[in-house]
Amino acid sequence: MSDQPMIHLDRVTKVYPGSSTPAVEELTMDVAEGEILVLVGPSGCGKSTTLRLINRMIEPSGGQIYFDGEDVTGVNADELRRRVGYVIQQIGLFPHQTIGENIATVPKMLGWDKSRITERVDELLETVGLDPSQYRDRYPKELSGGQAQRVGVARALGADPRVMLMDEPFGAIDPITRDRLQNEFLRLQEELKKTIVFVTHDIDEAIKMGDRIAILGDRSVIRQIDTPERILAYPVDDFVDDFIGSGSTLKGLNFERVRDLNLTPYPTMRLGDSPDSGLRTLAEGRREWILLLDQQGKPLRWLRHTDLERGAGDLSKRGQHIGNQVEPNATLHDTLEEMLRTSSGTCPVVDDNGQYRGVVEINDLTEVIRRLRSEAKEHYDAMDAVSS
Amino acid sequence: MDGLISWFNYVVDNWDRIFEAALQHARIVLIVVLTATVFAVVLGILVERRPTARAAVLSIAGIFLTIPSLALFALFIPIVGIGNPPAIIALFMYSLLPILRNTVTGLDEVNPAVVESARGMGMTQRQQLLRIRLPLAWPLIMAGVRVSSLLVVGIAAIAVLVGGDGLGTFLQTGLTRIGFPGSVESVWVGTVFIVALGLVLDLAFAGIQRLTTSRGLRI
Repeated sequence: MSDQPMIHLDRVTKVYPGSSTPAVEELTMDVAEGEILVLVGPSGCGKSTTLRLINRMIEPSGGQIYFDGEDVTGVNADELRRRVGYVIQQIGLFPHQTIGENIATVPKMLGWDKSRITERVDELLETVGLDPSQYRDRYPKELSGGQAQRVGVARALGADPRVMLMDEPFGAIDPITRDRLQNEFLRLQEELKKTIVFVTHDIDEAIKMGDRIAILGDRSVIRQIDTPERILAYPVDDFVDDFIGSGSTLKGLNFERVRDLNLTPYPTMRLGDSPDSGLRTLAEGRREWILLLDQQGKPLRWLRHTDLERGAGDLSKRGQHIGNQVEPNATLHDTLEEMLRTSSGTCPVVDDNGQYRGVVEINDLTEVIRRLRSEAKEHYDAMDAVSS
Repeated sequence: MDGLISWFNYVVDNWDRIFEAALQHARIVLIVVLTATVFAVVLGILVERRPTARAAVLSIAGIFLTIPSLALFALFIPIVGIGNPPAIIALFMYSLLPILRNTVTGLDEVNPAVVESARGMGMTQRQQLLRIRLPLAWPLIMAGVRVSSLLVVGIAAIAVLVGGDGLGTFLQTGLTRIGFPGSVESVWVGTVFIVALGLVLDLAFAGIQRLTTSRGLRI
């Protein structure tokens, strides 16, 4: 990866004839190679226009567009578009062509030979999870919405473009399928490492899909551009804050993982230890609960003072059920969910083998949230200091 | 019943003439429909995105249809003489509207998202037209061709009045000799075989329509 941005927009402007206010005003923006940049904003902010300016579906009225350092503002627009994958919400598969022919569109225009095209079509169908022998010769009308969108993505990947532009690609798909397609696409992107500009109006989709998010206001002016974590932790102004909406703190917990926490030591006892030793540990820890582990060190029950005072007996039948446990790579969002479901308000952390590692408490979460906020604020303060 | 038998005898006695006239009739229709298809499709493509030209062309093609057929046929005699040529020119003018209208509508109705994605993948205007828009408009264009061919089969009967040939000759001989033996039979031969020819041609065009329409577009 080089320092050179894959896409660089330099004061790109679009004024439609007969309109006094520009639809996009002096937009300057970089997209790094291999990242997904999500453009998000209220409807009418010009995010789709911005996307379409990049492959010159709309010709800019001013400014320059660079691909990997090359000024493409004046090159042949059709040839430029063959180098850029383009996916739209309505997909727009060619209904009179088979799936295979659809996917072969750009390779065919680029004059690839037949066997190479056939090979590429099958490879792409497999990439998007459709069995080539079953789907190659079908027509678009025989596909479900989700399948059609997969073919749309495969077609955009046809000639292996370095840049992909996606305009609300999952917007018209039911929520369950959309979630699956998003996950599949993110997995795909880990291998493909395309440079992607992705437009959506849905902040949750932006948070999920974006390596970075650009929140756009009127005339496509960038209000904030940053990683989803930082935007959630520190919206720079009321516009961004309003747009993110409520629950930004909770959403931010999706980006933090249990393994990044210093786990709190917590009173524990093993199955077979005497209740009295448990009571002593409890007294030292100044906690309400003690965690009972089995012989292998796996969490069993939550026990309280009163459970231990009942004397000898099978401790594994006393106290509260342990509830769900989380592994180190669980998000703090999921962890919070589990914490809210247990009576102790804490969530045990176990490793891959189910062995007890520690617990997460509500204080740990508030600590993380405070840290994220202050880090983001420091980041922006430092930026202000540089620019002023 | 007697009428039907005598008609049948007439057909058997004159089969060679009838068959020849039907072929001539079909030939006129096919010449007209094929040239009109090429002309109207090209014209339709040219005017589809030019509102003024499009409205003008469609109105003119509409006006052609309102000109009484006999007058239109006769109009061309001074220029091209009598025989089939004036008839073919007049029929050509009649057959334009259905094909032209369906070409324009067919191109209009291509899903904008499909054109957008074609453009987004780097197809030139020409490629968009030839590979995407025209194939998608094709079923509707062929429907227009079928309407035109039916229209022309009927009106072509009048060609005989300007010296042309075809099944119209049986109508003419029958009508000018009404009351004489065989006149009614002759009129019925003209009528029945013109209708039959219309059906055969429509079936043929339906077959062509099916063969030239992508499987992905069939309902």
